[in-house]
Order: sequence, then structure tokens, then C-alpha cells
Amino acid sequence: MIILETKELAKSFRVRGRLVEAVKGVTMNVQAGEIFGFLGPNGAGKTTTMRMLTTLLKPSSGQATIAGIDLLQHSRQVREKIGYVSQAGGAEGACSARENLILQARFYGITPHDANVRANELLAALDLEQIADRPSSSYSGGQRRRLDLALGMVHKPKLLLLDEPTAALDPQSRAWLWAEVRRLNAEGTTIFMTTHYLDEADALCQRLAIIDDGRIVVEGTPDALKRQIVGDTITLGLQFQPEIGHTVQDLLQQQSYIHSLEYAEQTIRLVVDRGSEALPLILRLIDDANVQVQTVELSRPSLDDVFLKQTGRSLRESAN
Amino acid sequence: MQSLRDTWLLFKHYLTMTMRNPVMVIVGLFQPVVQLLLFAPLLEPIAGTEGFPEGGAIGVFTPGLLVMLGITGSLFVVFGFIAELRAGVLERMRVTPLSRLALVLGRLLRDVTMLLLQALVLVGVAWLMGLRADPAGVALSLLIVVLLGLLVSSCSYAVALILQDENTVASLLNFLILPILLLSGITLPLTLAPDWIRNVAGVNPFAYAVDASRALFIGQLEHPAVWQGFAVMGVLSFLGVFWAVRSFRQGVA
Repeated sequence: MIILETKELAKSFRVRGRLVEAVKGVTMNVQAGEIFGFLGPNGAGKTTTMRMLTTLLKPSSGQATIAGIDLLQHSRQVREKIGYVSQAGGAEGACSARENLILQARFYGITPHDANVRANELLAALDLEQIADRPSSSYSGGQRRRLDLALGMVHKPKLLLLDEPTAALDPQSRAWLWAEVRRLNAEGTTIFMTTHYLDEADALCQRLAIIDDGRIVVEGTPDALKRQIVGDTITLGLQFQPEIGHTVQDLLQQQSYIHSLEYAEQTIRLVVDRGSEALPLILRLIDDANVQVQTVELSRPSLDDVFLKQTGRSLRESAN
Repeated sequence: MQSLRDTWLLFKHYLTMTMRNPVMVIVGLFQPVVQLLLFAPLLEPIAGTEGFPEGGAIGVFTPGLLVMLGITGSLFVVFGFIAELRAGVLERMRVTPLSRLALVLGRLLRDVTMLLLQALVLVGVAWLMGLRADPAGVALSLLIVVLLGLLVSSCSYAVALILQDENTVASLLNFLILPILLLSGITLPLTLAPDWIRNVAGVNPFAYAVDASRALFIGQLEHPAVWQGFAVMGVLSFLGVFWAVRSFRQGVA
């Protein structure tokens, strides 16, 4: 079942008389029950898309349906179905976690009694009981993030949208958040999250879409996307021996499982099909040629390679 | 119905927040009270001169201070609001099914309530200093102050949503506040002013509020300044609230 579907969803702004197309046309669908990652460099249109999906921005054109409801026609009903945690979070600093949660529940029309019960549930589930009655401005970054997440979950939404949920979090809180996202997902919540961390998308998301320059450039499971990139990369560092380097190069070029080879100084970079099987063979060949290998590195294709292939740029460079 | 329920919910919330940290409310009262204590006595000698309105020094000065309280107090609501914008609080609320109208009305109701409390304290202090005004007139002039507060608060929110930056807002306020106050005839009545200043003040809506309040304080409920003041403040506050509601509905970063 599809829980979120967009067709050519677009947004343009008029900035000083000039038309800026922030999102040129996003078409994607998110299945109920999955963790869907929305990946892209800053300025690619990630945040604008998120703001359209959360009813904060009115799309210029295109269509979107969330939980079967038309986003453009019935934004109010869409708001009842979705939970949203923005990058800023948005908890009221002067209020405690409990007060924030109860008020948020009241926003959804939950009765005061039920709001109180739900707040207690969430405080326990997110390990906030100890600090439940302190003003949330005194919380640490990680505690604050837990409260933000609880606020998005207060009405048990079917679809939870997270905008850069781990940005600026310490590693421990980040690991906790990953676990929490997996737990929520296991309990049946569909998660749509933006991120510019490749490892996060890789580890957490069952499917993802990469956006660049206002358009989806590729969509699929992390594995399927990475499979589009041919081969693993092996990098060998050799002890400096001028002539022998060329000997090794000649030797390796005869091997059919090696797709390409680059030789520079003492480093040889190879692209092979199955790196883990090819590596022992290659090491044995070099050893037989009496050349000493000093370092070995095997790298599998990353989502960064996927991005590089699709856009011609590295995501890491674009993000800066 | 939902708008009413949500407005009440947000009003209670904002009121609790203000009561928890009432510094701004007290600071807002400080200036008019000091003016009353330290400036009103200076007016005594000129209260008898030709052109000075009826009502004596304190009777003329207090209604002016009420208008000043309405302007300055309501302008400064934007600082808390911009901090809230930055923390994403409003954005979080906008993704819930809360009525869009309530997002504005809840705040405005809180602002007006606090303004009314401050105005009552101010009138109380003036009374202790010897003010003897027409009670019905005072009540009606508080209504004018409420309309004025609605106008200034809602315009402040709309402007804050455009500028979204404390520093820009602060310089804008500094730029506007003194001419507005002087051209309203708050400290010294405009009846003492040369013609050209009176003409400029004729387009200053706050001058109408001051004139109406002064007439009301001396019990001249049928004075033309009264209905003019109500008309100007009524129409403008309606437009102001309309502007704020529109701004809240549209883009909020």
C-alpha cells in the first residue's frame, strides 16, 4: 500500500523578480511500513519538498497524496495523519517535556485526561521520566531530540516525517535515534526522513530517493543503487621499487577479473567484480613476483559513488 | 467552533508562559509609570495656559500614557515571537490541525489581556496621584486601548514574519517609535503645536486614539473625537488582524 505519493510536485519562488525553481518536479512513492530516505546535498530541494509534504508550503504545481488524502485540497486532514519533527525541533523551552507533550496532544483534539496518559507513555518510552518536569531549555542535545521525537509521535501518526533527524547530534544520541527509528518502524510507523549522511541512509533506510537540482535522480533500495556501480575498488600500496612496479602492472593486466587498473607512484588502484574473492588472488600474484605489499584497502561502492555516477559530483563536496 | 476551542487553548498556554516570566510586562509598565510620577508634575504649571486641553495636568496626561502603553507594550511582543520562530515552535504548531485563525487570535488575546492589566495598574497609579476621571469614560477609553493593542500587536507579528530578525526589527522600532509618540500629542498636547505639526498629526491614527481618550476621561462621551477615535481604531485594528492572519497562513520559515 502506498502511503505517500507525489507526481511532478514542484515549487518555485519569486526572488527579486526572478523565478527560482527550488523543486522542479518530484515524483516518488513511499510504501506503508518502510523507512524511506530522502537524500541530497544542501540546496537540492530536500527541505522545500519536506515543507510541501508537511503543508508548510503550498506547491506551485503537481500532485501529492498522503494516506489517501489529497495534499493540495485537504491539507488540514493531512495534518491529522502525519507527524513531523523539524530540524529545529520546536519544543517550547520554557515548558517541561510533560507540558509540551500534553499541549501538543491537545492540539490534535485529544482530551486532557488522554493527553496526560499519552504524555506518560511517551515519557517512559523515550526515557524522559527523570527530567519530565524540568524546563526543556535545560535539556542536553540528545534529551531535546528525544522530546522532539515524542512531540511528533503524540497522536500516533501512520507517517512520521523527520527532517535531518541526526544533524548536530553526538554519536551516542545518533545511535540511540537510529534504534528508536527502527523500533517505531517495527511497530508499524512509516518513516520518511531527509538526511545528507550517506551512512545513515545506507544503514537505516529500506528505500531511498536521491534529489539533485530539484529533481529525483534515482530511487531504489540502497543495495540496488550500489549494484549499479560496477565493481569494488582495491587499493594497494607497494614498497618503492622502480622497475618492479611495471612488472606488477603487466602481470595484473593479464587477469581477466580485473576491470581497470591505475598505477601512480607506489599505489595501484584496481576495480574488480568481487573484491573479497579477488583480493587473495591478487596478493598471491604480487607475492610470487617478489614485490612487497605495504598496505591494502578494499572498498565497496558507497552511496557517494551512486551520487557521483548520477550527478557527476561527489555528495560530500556538494554538501560543503 | 474548532477555531474558538483552539484560540482558548492557545490563549491559556500563552498566558501561562507570560505569567511564568512577567519581566516584559513589568518593564512595559515601568516607562509610563515613571512618566506619570516624574513628568506629570512638570505639566502642572502649563496646564492653565491657553490651548492646554481641559482636565488638568494629570487628567490630560494619563489618557496619553494609556495610548503610549498600548503602542510600546504591543510593539515589544515581537521579540519573544521571533525567538519562538527561530526555535521552530510556530512551525511545529502549523503542522498540527490547529486552526490557522487560532494561531493568531490566541496570541492577540493574550497580548490584549496583558495590556488591559497594565492599563488598569496605570490608571490606579494616576488615581492615587489625584486623577478624578469619569468612570464610564475611563472604561470606554480602555476599549480604545484594546483596539489599539490589537492593531499594533497584529502589525508587529506580520512585520516580524517578513523580517524574521531581532536586529532589523529593533532598528525599525527605534526609527518609528519617537515620531509616532511625538505626533500623537502624548507628552504635550498637540493643541499647543504649530499648524504644520497638527496637520502632520492629522494622518497619525494614534493621535485620534489620544484625542478620544482625553475626551472620554473628562466625561465628554458625545464629543466627535470619541466616535472618530473608535472608528479609526476599529477599522485599523480589523485590517491589522486581517493582515496578521494572512501572514500566518502563508509562508513561515
